[in-house]
Amino acid sequence: MSRLNTNANIDNVDDFYQRLTDLSLNLKTEEVMVRHAKLILLLSNHIGDNQVLNEAIDIVRDT
Amino acid sequence: MLNSYQATPFAYIAYADQTAAHPVTHPVVIIGAGPIGLAAAVDFSIKGVPVVVIDDNNTVSIGSRAVCYAKRFLDISDRLGLGERLIDKGVTWNLGKVFFENEQIFSFDMLSEKQQRRPGFINLQQYYLEQYYVERLQEFDSASLRWKNKLIDISQDENVATLTIETPDGTYQINAQYVLACDGANSATRKLCHLESKGQVFQDRFLIADIVMSNNSFPSERWFWFNPPFHPGSSTLLHRQPDNMWRIDFDLGWDADPEEEKKPQNIIPRIKAFLGDEVEFELEWSSVYTFCCRRMQNFRHQRIFFAGDSAHQVSPFGARGANSGIEDIDNLVWKLNLALKGQASEALLNSYSEERVLAANENILNSTRSTDFITPKNASNKIMRDAVLSLAKSYQFARPLVNSGRLSVPPVLRNCRMISADTASFKTQIEPGSPCIDAPVTLSIDLDVTTQPFLLSQLGEQFQLLLFIEDPCELTAQLLAELQQLSELAQPIHSFMISHENLPLTLPSNITHLIDHSGLIQKRLDANCGCCYLLRPDQIIAGRTRQFSKQTIINMQSRALGAL
Repeated sequence: MSRLNTNANIDNVDDFYQRLTDLSLNLKTEEVMVRHAKLILLLSNHIGDNQVLNEAIDIVRDT
Repeated sequence: MLNSYQATPFAYIAYADQTAAHPVTHPVVIIGAGPIGLAAAVDFSIKGVPVVVIDDNNTVSIGSRAVCYAKRFLDISDRLGLGERLIDKGVTWNLGKVFFENEQIFSFDMLSEKQQRRPGFINLQQYYLEQYYVERLQEFDSASLRWKNKLIDISQDENVATLTIETPDGTYQINAQYVLACDGANSATRKLCHLESKGQVFQDRFLIADIVMSNNSFPSERWFWFNPPFHPGSSTLLHRQPDNMWRIDFDLGWDADPEEEKKPQNIIPRIKAFLGDEVEFELEWSSVYTFCCRRMQNFRHQRIFFAGDSAHQVSPFGARGANSGIEDIDNLVWKLNLALKGQASEALLNSYSEERVLAANENILNSTRSTDFITPKNASNKIMRDAVLSLAKSYQFARPLVNSGRLSVPPVLRNCRMISADTASFKTQIEPGSPCIDAPVTLSIDLDVTTQPFLLSQLGEQFQLLLFIEDPCELTAQLLAELQQLSELAQPIHSFMISHENLPLTLPSNITHLIDHSGLIQKRLDANCGCCYLLRPDQIIAGRTRQFSKQTIINMQSRALGAL
């Protein structure tokens, strides 16, 4: 079982962040939430490891 | 009128050109005596080209303009003979700190590789920079700096451009083989040529306040606050400048009334909320500004070359205005110098626009992204932004996502036609199309130097070869003969032989021996014995090879000149 990696791990963060925030352009806030929810589900499935997912869920609940 | 700086107006002088029967032809006319036009004029003067600089005003620019000058700006200013003066007056800084609400969330260092001649940044008021460049230009008798000379018309044919200029004594015409339009964001030259600079206008307003305060506890660092208690819901930026002057930049939002916000009775409470009631300060200068990111499609218009803000504009976050402008003229002047000697191909002249458009695109992209992070485009992106900030304090991964300005570093001229791509693998951040990195050196000739010499300070105005040698046996008679042949090309290549130890050698005068005592040049360029780097006159790496070969070097130079 592995731990959640909280060190920087994305090759080009500025490219990524622009793609991520462009998801919300010209949408209502609720429509953006739907996209973000789908994104969380896709990435969670990719990670797969329950311990890692639980660690991430704990962080967002506690911060 | 400023309390801390008195600008002496420059005298208008009438020149013989104004009463000539026919327009006199000059090799180069530069429009605009701002930082970029002046730097270009000094660069031409160093290369022995007489220049005429015209400016519609008669003083240096007053008020808050550019502040932050990056390492590459300083390296170029060194080549132009002004680096030391800028360093002496400027406030040196390398560290940036980012705060969210009450807390510092992280810091970053703008000079990750230490032991270079120049720091990551200095801060300096633009009027000092312009004053020093004017004084530097006045050292050259061949340079003619004409104040109160306003461009009112420009045309060109296959031989010359003709400029119509208005002065207090009436109008006159001069011809120029080449024109540099360094006349800023509202370039008159661009309008007279019916050319456009297109892009994006941002719906946000910022307040700049320059204040003088002597008693304070801020260090010489760049401090940026997201949502600080003293300016809730917005951002604030603080920079230290010389003469106890501080630049404060408050984000006001699009709905702010610029006329109201400009009033001292509205500015002073904002500053007091920031600094505390007990801190004494004088408000020196203020303005409310908006900005845009845009560029011209092509920076060359036949004989007219656009450089600096006339060609491209960015938001201030990232300090990419003046810093990219000086890179423009660094790129352009050596090419025009060859053109004036009849030694430049059309491809070489066109490469200016190709290379600097690529750089402008990178600068615009970075400065647009910073602006979008600082003032998110919608509520969802603001939530995302604030989530990044709140995670960044405890979780390292979020810190690189925080974008308070990606500060100016020179864009790499990647995949440009004049740059020879690698044919071997190099394990270094430096690549063809980058400016050469700096490192300390020891000179084999024992000159009377009291300060540490550095690699970049040794470079000259021509093409140069860095050749790494460890074993004197490598230095064969054939190699020396081939280096001699390189120094006799139409565009001479001067060789620098770099070794870790001092070698007991007597070298011909066309080879300079540099001792890389710290091993840092070798390390930073991932060089092996026999490895070569070919540098253009602007210190950009034209190509590199792991094994010296005269023909390879000649091919690289031919490509760099647009002849391949």
